[in-house]
Amino acid sequence: MYDIKALYEATSVDDACRLLKEHPGSQVIAGGSDVLVQIREGKRAGKELVSIYMLDELRGICLDADENIRIGSLTSFSHITKNPIIQKYINVLGEAVDQIGGPQIRNIGTIGGNTCNGVTSADSASTLFAWDAQVEIAGEGYRRLVPINEFYIKAGTVDLKEGEIQTAIIIPKKAYEGYKGHYIKYAMREAMDIATTGCSVNVKLSEDKKSFEDVRIAYGVAGPIPMRVPSAENFIRGKEVNEENIEAFAQKVLEDINPRDSWRASKAFRCHIGVVMARKACEKAVKQAGGKVDDRTEL
Amino acid sequence: MTGQSYKLVSCTINGKKCEKMVDVRSSLTDMLRNDYRLTSVKKGCEVGECGACNVLINGEAFNSCIYLAVWAEGKDILTLEGLMGPNGEISDLQQAFIDEAAIQCGFCTPGFVMSATEILNSGKLYSKEELRKLLSGHLCRCTGYENILVAVEKTMKKRLGVD
Repeated sequence: MYDIKALYEATSVDDACRLLKEHPGSQVIAGGSDVLVQIREGKRAGKELVSIYMLDELRGICLDADENIRIGSLTSFSHITKNPIIQKYINVLGEAVDQIGGPQIRNIGTIGGNTCNGVTSADSASTLFAWDAQVEIAGEGYRRLVPINEFYIKAGTVDLKEGEIQTAIIIPKKAYEGYKGHYIKYAMREAMDIATTGCSVNVKLSEDKKSFEDVRIAYGVAGPIPMRVPSAENFIRGKEVNEENIEAFAQKVLEDINPRDSWRASKAFRCHIGVVMARKACEKAVKQAGGKVDDRTEL
Repeated sequence: MTGQSYKLVSCTINGKKCEKMVDVRSSLTDMLRNDYRLTSVKKGCEVGECGACNVLINGEAFNSCIYLAVWAEGKDILTLEGLMGPNGEISDLQQAFIDEAAIQCGFCTPGFVMSATEILNSGKLYSKEELRKLLSGHLCRCTGYENILVAVEKTMKKRLGVD
């Protein structure tokens, strides 16, 4: 038995928003792999819950009329990984969420829950930052779109006002077309672990594959919320694809990232692996985009 | 409780249509063990880490300890008991666990067997590395992982008719 004060099951998005307004202080529950665990821990015990898990309208992935990729917020990680649209256009997202928890967690965990938690270590978040994702939010009778970097406000806090839920994550066509990406999760264990640091890079190469037209890089656990690294991005844009530039790009991340000491790892260690991850993820992304870089030792 | 505290939950469990009034605070583990006496569903960590409570819901593996019982509405649930043949026989997969000594205390076994059931139902041939990842959501405190992996791999190959 869970220590739940009351459970309200939403029958539609509007109903969920109405229930949240009617019961101030209530907690949205999607897959529950964080909320139910926190209830067990006592952190969220005794709360009223508004369950949106049964809203199938919030599941699934499609291309909209403008070929933007729309991921319903309740889509599970395993369904994202297996989805043909994701595999075709932004396979790195499928690979990133395939590193969350273990198989059963990936069947219950949702991309909406992963982002609404507001935690920096979410394996989907850095990749969504790197792909300029938009977050669709619904209130009673309205919907609004927020860029993911504005959706995250501070550790544990996202831009959801009372009576609002997240309904979809959208990757705009202009953000993914021509880009290839790679995500690296650094953790102590290969399963059921939280990232010490995560790094997601995507690149768009020039037609001859010799220079970087654009590079986007984002981190999880390099600061209180997931973050982009503009110093490194601005440095490498327009530069030739070679080892030297990629190394300099990787060193540049230190100007922006700001990890902390925690029981998982020290700040110094996170800065060290942050640089290595930037280089490796960039090299992998370049290869996927059809460019060439010399092989180096594995991380 | 200030809200509605009981709810009628209708679902299919091990092929049978079922319906019971369930306390909305129950996890699916609570419902399967207490209301349906399906005690293969073990209470281990109760926070979704150990996999002892794993069952298949619409063919996918879920830790039933972090799944609200009311979400079972309309779902097709399979527990270890559902693998039993018409005359009480165990499945080839369970026999392989016995043959390979993939069982010591047995507490993690139902969960492992259900994950393996999902894996084998896919009809795909996986490498050992892939199987390791697909089984990574389970803890075996007797640490009999290698034999479990071998049992699942052997059954997979046998079913697919490959060596």
